[in-house]
Amino acid sequence: MQESAFLLGQVFNGVSVASLFVLAALGLALSFGLMRVINMAHGEMLMLGGYLAYMTLAVVPGPLGLLVALPVAFLGAALLGAVLEFTIIHRLSARPLDTLLATWGVSLILQQAARNLFGAIGVQVIAPGWLDHTVAISSGVLGGLTLPDTRIFILLVAAIVLGAIALLLNRTRLGLYVRAVNQDRPVAAAMGVNARLVDLLVFSLGTGVAGLAGVILALLGPVTPTVGQSYIVPAFLVVILGGLGSLVGTTIASLIVGLFTALIEIFVDVSLAQVLLLVFVIVFIQFRPQGVITVRTRALEG
Amino acid sequence: MKISSRQILPAMVLLFGACAPLLINAYELSLLGRFLALSILAMGIMLIWGEGGILSLGQGVFFGLGAYALALHLKLEGLNIANGDMPDFMVWSGVSALPAFWYPFASPWFSLACIVLIPGSVAAAFSWLVFRRRIGGVYFALITQALALAFSTLLISQQAYTGGFNGLTDYSTFDGYDITSNFAARVIYWITFVLVTICYFALRWLLATRWGIMLRATRDGENRVRFLGHNPLPYKVGAFTIAGVLAGIGGALFTLHAGVVSPALVGVVPSIEMVVWVALGGRNVLWGAIAGTLLVNFAKDQISSALPSLWLYGLGALFILAVSFLPAGIAGLFRPGSPEERVVRRMLTRRKLETAE
Amino acid sequence: MNAIPAPLLMLENVTVDFDGFKALSDVSMMLTPGTLRILIGPNGAGKSTLCDTIIGRVRPTAGRITFKDENITQLAEQEIVRRGICRKFQTPGVLPTLTVMQNLLVAARKNRAWWRTLTTVTPADELVRAEEILEKIGLADRRGIMAADLAHGEKQWLEIGMVVATDADLLLLDEPTAGMGPQDTQRTADLILSLLGRHAVLVIDHDMSFVEALNGYTTVLHQGQILKEGSVAQVRADEQVAAVYLGRGKE
Repeated sequence: MQESAFLLGQVFNGVSVASLFVLAALGLALSFGLMRVINMAHGEMLMLGGYLAYMTLAVVPGPLGLLVALPVAFLGAALLGAVLEFTIIHRLSARPLDTLLATWGVSLILQQAARNLFGAIGVQVIAPGWLDHTVAISSGVLGGLTLPDTRIFILLVAAIVLGAIALLLNRTRLGLYVRAVNQDRPVAAAMGVNARLVDLLVFSLGTGVAGLAGVILALLGPVTPTVGQSYIVPAFLVVILGGLGSLVGTTIASLIVGLFTALIEIFVDVSLAQVLLLVFVIVFIQFRPQGVITVRTRALEG
Repeated sequence: MKISSRQILPAMVLLFGACAPLLINAYELSLLGRFLALSILAMGIMLIWGEGGILSLGQGVFFGLGAYALALHLKLEGLNIANGDMPDFMVWSGVSALPAFWYPFASPWFSLACIVLIPGSVAAAFSWLVFRRRIGGVYFALITQALALAFSTLLISQQAYTGGFNGLTDYSTFDGYDITSNFAARVIYWITFVLVTICYFALRWLLATRWGIMLRATRDGENRVRFLGHNPLPYKVGAFTIAGVLAGIGGALFTLHAGVVSPALVGVVPSIEMVVWVALGGRNVLWGAIAGTLLVNFAKDQISSALPSLWLYGLGALFILAVSFLPAGIAGLFRPGSPEERVVRRMLTRRKLETAE
Repeated sequence: MNAIPAPLLMLENVTVDFDGFKALSDVSMMLTPGTLRILIGPNGAGKSTLCDTIIGRVRPTAGRITFKDENITQLAEQEIVRRGICRKFQTPGVLPTLTVMQNLLVAARKNRAWWRTLTTVTPADELVRAEEILEKIGLADRRGIMAADLAHGEKQWLEIGMVVATDADLLLLDEPTAGMGPQDTQRTADLILSLLGRHAVLVIDHDMSFVEALNGYTTVLHQGQILKEGSVAQVRADEQVAAVYLGRGKE
């Protein structure tokens, strides 16, 4: 295989990992911008999406099962997210650090529930036939480059979701409200925006997107009770790098983290890559503590 | 000197602690010793989280650094290094020669110094790098969690140098003294007990100094402190460093009691569990941190062996309930309306200030 | 012959630009030691930004700030404070879980090095100073109370007290009477007047009755520029000021 093809293959891998991170981190970033809280059980929304995909495919076998699984996982995770927001996060929203701990408790309970229901080993979701191909380039400078269909599918889903959310935030009334609450909660509330409802909707939207990411995870490997945990820490780092609740920032940060991980893994093993990623983040914040996208305010008082 | 009724209970606790080896059986003593070692770490969490407002989800890292610093030495005890002897697991992994960084740990004194110096300097450097860019709150908590993940995966992956997933175990002597006998167990317990007492009173003094006031002032309003001409950085970095050292000491003592240290004790999950001990005990009261540690760990010992899955549900529920309904912890229950309890409530409703910073 | 007193603070052509929005443009100003200056202007005129710029919270895009003949334009916040400027914020910035006395002692610390705090003993002169201020701001009987439990007006006084306790040569007071009744407003004015001589004071406020009670040299800021300077009476009589200040010119 040619070196350029190998490198490009690794870049492609990085981008597809990045698109998973973006789906996982989007909900975190949006609710963080809005409520300044981080949901530690967000990883379990990925897990839930994975199990929902598994169950949907058991009920609807065949090539279209996956297309049914996507909305099912979205709705299931969004619903659980709404319950979580309503019962715990909203109650604690003035206490960001305590929210972190309480939602960690939720995460433990969900993992254990999955262990009791599905077993600790995990379940396998078989990708449908139409995703079972590989785009291979056999000649030219890029000879030897292979692009599995599943990875292309991930990119596609991420692009569609990002596009839809960008439309939602920039073109709809709900998006207007979200931006209003983001900028100044008390003023938005005084103008008649139901900030409570905006919080709830955005939070469940975010968990729903994480559910979608779970379906994709299921295509890549077995769904285990702790599958969310392996993706959530990089997603947290994406939120730190991305800047406050910014869609563009989250996307760029996901690309940075995805590409960094994929490219560094050419040289070192996975565990060392994790250490180097953390080092990279710490170095990064030395230069840009506000993240990729700086939300500038007039900061008159505070 | 007149002894007031307020002093009777603490005196009895101290007396029981000192006499415990004569009162309870060897197994219970080993558990109590272990949990007291953990409570040294918990007092550090109380310092940074309760008094400093800094939530760390990575105290397991500093616990692990202290524990491994001692374990490295314990594995080298009795080996003739000059002769090319190596710890058992290295032989099994096919390592040809003892790695260079292991050599100095052959000295017990070097190892003992490292228990304090390594966690302390790592904590200082890490927190300085993050706090100097004014990153705190939720961001800091998430970065410490990433630190815990990186540390534990690194330990696991470097099997040949760290013992990997199984960690380091099977110790027999320290500086020639047998550490497995019943008598040794009592001595180790007493050492632990004395250290817990020293740490308790040292921290009480520290929190009463002007330094303690400045730490609380920084928690209350970092910008206000800055605009009064003070640099908040030394207080935050200082507190985090002390907490790191305490975690390291706790880790080393725990290793002596338990006879093992492994990545499973220092990763993401144990690190965050450490916070719940303090959350339950009371984050603003030193004895609350100790009481919470003992309580949660004895409960875990009782429940998890019989019904492991129940324990995880219980732990999850404990997280939710403790922070939702008992923000000042058990210690807060004893003094409703006390400054400590109101401090917590006040801290928790500081959203505006915090987001402004 | 009257000697012209050396200026304490000088702003020369200070401009602050927030992504194209000029919060301050070309503002120049001079304060002399121990004197009072009042800064008024409608909402969004740039009053708080001016304070932010002096104290180092906001960096000017152009211009230069000199304090006691030293250029402080680019110094870190705490360094500016250590030179002798201290500011009270619009929203009370007391330290809520510390007692009133502890709040004042944190402010009154003379040696701000951290290693000097490793003691339970407070230097006698700092204690005396804190006691003095406690009397002055009328909170002597509340010294042991947690600052969070004070009434709103008391918090304002405590913060003024903290600013005074730093013994800075220049005090910036941003809306010290926000949320106070008329009686408290008068007391605050008396308090501020009693500080003059030892400290120079720059007061920002909306409340004309308070400004009149202070009756000092007044600068009117409008859309980031200085519109008028003079005594309260002069400013009051000015038609241009009336136009922007009394609502007709408001954005």
